[in-house]
Amino acid sequence: MPTFRTGGEGLESVTPPRLQLEHITKRYGTVVANDDVSLTVEPGEIHSVLGENGAGKSTLMKIIYGAVRPDAGVIRWNGEVVHVRSPHEARALGIAMVFQHFSLFDTLTVAENVWLGLSREHTLQSVTEGMKRKADEYGLELDPARPVHTLSVGERQRVEIVRALLAEPQLLILDEPTSVLTPQAVDRLFVTLRQLASTGCSILYISHKLDEIRSLCHQCTALRSGKVTGTCDPTVATTASLSRLMIGAEPPRLVHRETRPGAVALEVRDLRLERIDRFGVSLDGVSLALREGEILGIAGVSGNGQQELLAALSGEDLRAGPSALRLFGKDIGRTGAGERRRNGLHFVPEERLGRGAVPAHTLASNLLLTRRESVRTLGWIDRTALGRQTSAIIGRFGVKASGPAAVARSLSGGNLQKYIVGREIDAAPRVLVVAQPTWGVDVGASAQIRGELLALRDAGCAVLVVSEELEELFEVADRLHVIAKGRLSPSISTQVATRELIGEWMSGLWPTQPVAVNGGSP
Amino acid sequence: MTALSPVIALAITVVVAGLLFAFLGKDPVQGLRIFLVEPFHGVRGLTELGLKATPLILISLGLSLCYRSNVWNIGAEGQFLIGGITGGWLALTVTEANLAIPRWAFFVLAILAGAAGGAAWASIVAFLKDRFHASEILVSLMLVYVANLLLSYLVFGPWKNPAGFNFPQTVNFAAATEVPRLLRGMRLNAGFVLALLAAVAMWLFMFRTLSGYKLQVGGPAPAASRYAGFSARSALWSTLLLSGALAGIAGALEVTGSMGQLTPYVASGYGFTAIIVAFVGRLHPLGCVLGSFVLSTFLIGGELAQSRIGLPSALSGVFQGVLLFSLLGCDTLILSRPRWRRST
Repeated sequence: MPTFRTGGEGLESVTPPRLQLEHITKRYGTVVANDDVSLTVEPGEIHSVLGENGAGKSTLMKIIYGAVRPDAGVIRWNGEVVHVRSPHEARALGIAMVFQHFSLFDTLTVAENVWLGLSREHTLQSVTEGMKRKADEYGLELDPARPVHTLSVGERQRVEIVRALLAEPQLLILDEPTSVLTPQAVDRLFVTLRQLASTGCSILYISHKLDEIRSLCHQCTALRSGKVTGTCDPTVATTASLSRLMIGAEPPRLVHRETRPGAVALEVRDLRLERIDRFGVSLDGVSLALREGEILGIAGVSGNGQQELLAALSGEDLRAGPSALRLFGKDIGRTGAGERRRNGLHFVPEERLGRGAVPAHTLASNLLLTRRESVRTLGWIDRTALGRQTSAIIGRFGVKASGPAAVARSLSGGNLQKYIVGREIDAAPRVLVVAQPTWGVDVGASAQIRGELLALRDAGCAVLVVSEELEELFEVADRLHVIAKGRLSPSISTQVATRELIGEWMSGLWPTQPVAVNGGSP
Repeated sequence: MTALSPVIALAITVVVAGLLFAFLGKDPVQGLRIFLVEPFHGVRGLTELGLKATPLILISLGLSLCYRSNVWNIGAEGQFLIGGITGGWLALTVTEANLAIPRWAFFVLAILAGAAGGAAWASIVAFLKDRFHASEILVSLMLVYVANLLLSYLVFGPWKNPAGFNFPQTVNFAAATEVPRLLRGMRLNAGFVLALLAAVAMWLFMFRTLSGYKLQVGGPAPAASRYAGFSARSALWSTLLLSGALAGIAGALEVTGSMGQLTPYVASGYGFTAIIVAFVGRLHPLGCVLGSFVLSTFLIGGELAQSRIGLPSALSGVFQGVLLFSLLGCDTLILSRPRWRRST
């Protein structure tokens, strides 16, 4: 273990702290995003900033990174007062940041994207080699020659991390970095981060995952409604005490009821699909049976065939054989997405902007993508009914938006996710297929979404959850499959499964015969 | 801010126009007065504006729908010409058979003939795109020239007036085929009312019906359109057929309403000018109506500039270009907010 300073009060440092924020305040109109925030990060310290969506974490990070100017307060960098006027200046100081929303150009390759952000003396060749070196050094799998549009969310994040590491930063800011990693990959990332910290690089780690913070971080500052609600040493704190700092209460507990799976609702039989582009994944004989009244989870690292499977299930990809997919006993392999939805199959895609919602359209308008309740004869849209319906979903799922006329693009990622998941849950589907239901959503809302999924299950809906967050799957699913390299593992009951086992399966190593592990069908 | 962009672009165009007049040795104030004020002079001026605006409104409405749906129909001019040919054919048939048909009935028939012709011409574009993924931009544009040659063939050949001293034109259409006029002594006709009604209908279609809504998802977010299960093929076909039909109606009304016979000079650039109208009008039906008046002011201003101060009427084309260029420039600058990189 590397040694580190705890950064507690009254500790005399020989070297000045890496970063000191003193009384930072930032207002947007009447909203105070940061209210008198102070925090200190020592060299080589992994410092967690804990808080829910909207607590002011992002604004604070943008201030450090020079993207936003504070209204009041002082930033000290290695003891000197600095005015960071732009991200460019922040990078010159040695501050690197991995954003939650990636800034990559789809049409360029990984290496070209990174090259684009660097000064002109670098060649593409040297960038490619540098990336490969960094990726190897930290055990991150990465092919610099791949076009970005073929990468999954998890793979894109890896690009951003390597990009940040290339700058040899003194302070690395990470925004929710583990939401798309396997447990093993999280462990590897933590090894990487500890390794980085031991070389003296400080890390600001933004998260709401309490157990991660407890295992990784040396120091923790909690924010709530823009104010610091406390600092603590997470290595000795309990999850409950961290939770109280963050949301003022312990996270709501989910009530699990006994499952009584009914008839098979959605069946996939030996689905084989050739990949569409050369960086896609071919589906290789995927079979599963989703029953009414159960939640089936599919675990796996992104980019192992999830996108392909989901597109085939939703009806966006119609290349499957007619009888490879069956919905309530009827072949739907060649049935389009709209028709499947009319038959009760609803789907929440992984991408919110551009797929789950039209960015430039209003929330009300986006309701029409999948909902028809306010459409009258001859396709006439009843705007009043549409607005009412939208408001109801906004209210029920606590979406922070100005109203039904708010443009989808103007919502934060988590809020838009709440709206899209809400739109599909509210449709009272018979089968619901959800990808990453709580990606980027705050703790309270995640608990609510998971609660709603359980309620749907109890009402007899068949729910398929594809997620890269294992905690989530263990929390809601009754059975688990693992997808790896386009193949699907046998299913295993979550009562029996362990994290280690699932982690092993994620690398494609599962027993070839579905023996005792097949705990789903009674 | 982007809603303001056409206004800024118009202001830039006026400034450039003023400079251009000064550069050509004319009094800028007088030049601008001829371009921007004279066309509005009196009832005749206003009705002439409405007459020119009619085809522009009809065509730009259809193009707005296409562009919202990411279907780049550039060949409205060709669809306009074919509409003119089918409308002209109908008028010739009535003229030659000497049919006693009420004007209003013929008006309706001419609309149908024009719509059918324009839609048929646009369907070639839709078919080639659907079947062979041929770029609709190129195909629709190339078909403009084909349509023009087809018209030339007809008026130089089979449809030529035998008593017309070998001029390439058809016989004058019978009076029964004339589009009903709105005011005594003015050329403004019922087509103008139709164009305004079409704008209202298009607004309702775009913003109040599910079919209209579906067409507008594929443009900004193709993945969302696939997710929702909206067919890209039906969007391609319906936008092209509808915009082709509207351009065809404009052509039929131009031939039967203003020209009264077919000549090789039906092509007047309305189909191209309407592209500018659609963008100046922010692809919105109300904007299309306003934009059509702005552009017809330019067209009439150009004619006046030629007769009053001896400037080439091509000037109105220059101003159209400046307007589109500054509009696209304003949009780009407003949307992407470029900043100059400071050298460090």
